[in-house]
Amino acid sequence: MRLRRRHSGDPGPVPDLPAAVSGATVLLGGTAVLRGVDLDVRAGEVLGLVGPNGAGKSTLLAALSGDQAADEGRVSLWGRPVGEWSTVDIARRRAVLPQAHRVSFPFTVRDVVEMGRAPWAGTARRDADDRRIAAALALTEAEPFAQRPFTSLSGGEQARVMLARVVAQDAGLVLLDEPTAALDLRHQEMVGRLCRSLAAEGRAVVIVLHDLDLAAAYCDRTAVLAEGRIVACGPPADVFTADRLTEVYRQPVKVDLDPDTGSPRVTPLRGVPNPGRRSGLLDISHG
Amino acid sequence: MTAAAPPQAASQRPAPAPARIRRPAVPAILAVVLIGLLALGVLVSASNGAFAIPLGDIVASIAHKLGLGGAPVEGTGEGVLWNIRFPRVVLGLLVGACLACAGTLMQGMFGNPLAEPGIIGVSSGAAVGAVAAIAFGLTFAGNWTISLCAFIAGLATVSVVYLMSRSGGRTEVVTLVLTGVAVNGLAGALIGLFIFYADNDEITAITFWQMGSLSQATWPKILAVLPLAAVGLMTAPRYARRLDLLSLGERSARHLGVDVERLRLHLIVIVALLTGAAVAVSGVIGFIGLVVPHLLRMAAGPGHRALLPLSTMGGAAVIVWADLAARTVAAPAEIPLGILTALVGSPFFFWLLRRTRRHQGGWA
Repeated sequence: MRLRRRHSGDPGPVPDLPAAVSGATVLLGGTAVLRGVDLDVRAGEVLGLVGPNGAGKSTLLAALSGDQAADEGRVSLWGRPVGEWSTVDIARRRAVLPQAHRVSFPFTVRDVVEMGRAPWAGTARRDADDRRIAAALALTEAEPFAQRPFTSLSGGEQARVMLARVVAQDAGLVLLDEPTAALDLRHQEMVGRLCRSLAAEGRAVVIVLHDLDLAAAYCDRTAVLAEGRIVACGPPADVFTADRLTEVYRQPVKVDLDPDTGSPRVTPLRGVPNPGRRSGLLDISHG
Repeated sequence: MTAAAPPQAASQRPAPAPARIRRPAVPAILAVVLIGLLALGVLVSASNGAFAIPLGDIVASIAHKLGLGGAPVEGTGEGVLWNIRFPRVVLGLLVGACLACAGTLMQGMFGNPLAEPGIIGVSSGAAVGAVAAIAFGLTFAGNWTISLCAFIAGLATVSVVYLMSRSGGRTEVVTLVLTGVAVNGLAGALIGLFIFYADNDEITAITFWQMGSLSQATWPKILAVLPLAAVGLMTAPRYARRLDLLSLGERSARHLGVDVERLRLHLIVIVALLTGAAVAVSGVIGFIGLVVPHLLRMAAGPGHRALLPLSTMGGAAVIVWADLAARTVAAPAEIPLGILTALVGSPFFFWLLRRTRRHQGGWA
């Protein structure tokens, strides 16, 4: 048994199962966005959430972060229902990178990253502030603009700074919602490597991704979501089959193995007609 | 394990970085400058007027009161200084500090640099309470009645504006300004209604008060608003860190351990305390809460730990000098202070609006 300090203070080492979802159903405006989802989030592992738009990936992440209460089922962090944690105690355990990045006032990049250290104010880990901030800036390659106002940066730079803030928070559970959306090729790979190093430190990383190749290359397990359910969950090599992805995305794909790494590569088939029903809307001959 | 890249945390992590290059210099210098301006303003303001009192006599008189030697001002000067000039200056300091501090807090809580007690209608809301107290001759709390009514009405107004102007944890400029238009409109109508039912003496009292002037300053008036102002000014800095985090948006602030609901509630009460205190004695003096925090943010950066105390001092200094101008520029007549601040503040508001629209998303 690991020692678990439930109230304030240092959260201690990350347990084997920092987060678990069982039978979670979330209704938004009467529609079930998640339907009975079960998911274990394991320490030392990068877990990818993939699936088409509206599949419930962000909602699942919001349920894990405590932003969205489950209407049915149970979400627990560190073995305790997510709703029972105080905001500070939970902030010392999980960090969240949201999709949108906005800062109301022209704080410098370093100020923004330093905000990630807020949960540790008044604790022993406070001494690590400067070291963690410097490391986070270095890992996300945000050092060159550390003294610039956040509001003056490009979208991709802002995304990296927010990622640095999440890294600086030093949480055992790291939840990332599309961290690569605004990033160039090099920095997408950087995010992948960053996730691996966070997992290697014993943290659990949950990452929402649209790029299936990136998911295949860097995730230990991927959960494929469709219409609020987890269709499959496991190592990408097992989960990413051409049939499954074709069905889930309603887009024919082929899957082969990268000769260098052995991880699956997903390529949309562009020469074949889309199996989806023809709506006639784009058929200009009707016009 | 399908990972392509080996973990490289250990190799990439740099050695402990050299201590951060902090720049305490700018806020510190600003603080010194503002205190200097404030002290000079107090002395010059106390010295100038229909009855000129030399600066040296003022210093001697203060020293005398403090039991540090010196001597009282000769003749009627001592009475003018301590019963007319100083109450006015002190009241100005209080009002300016309250308004600028309230403006800074509101900009932080709305995540929007255009939030200000006057613009979004909190001042007018508080004014409704004060006018009601005068028009109905309320005295249930003695000397504190007007302040208390202004605070309660201000509290109701901030709450309404806050609830109505937010969506998705933020307040868009357009929503905020339009909410202000609506609230100011309603408050104006209510004040008009109270004046309609008031008798002549009450109307005179309301009119004097409404012009936003410090000319009615007396020590009892200062005592009447001091509790509200002191509680507000002293608690505000405790929220500086959380206000910084709030600039990331409510969700991210919560992710970093801020109890956003509680913070919101506390800030609403503090803003109402500060605005209520200022409005109860001086009517609606606009734009101080807009201009002062904004200029100081440009100079000292957006961090609230420096910005809140600097704005508080800055607001006090600006009001003291503005009031001096208001009563000397057109002497022996006196321009109402609220009109003077609006003359200077409105163009600034225009400029800010245009600028904000240009850099949508990058408030600065």
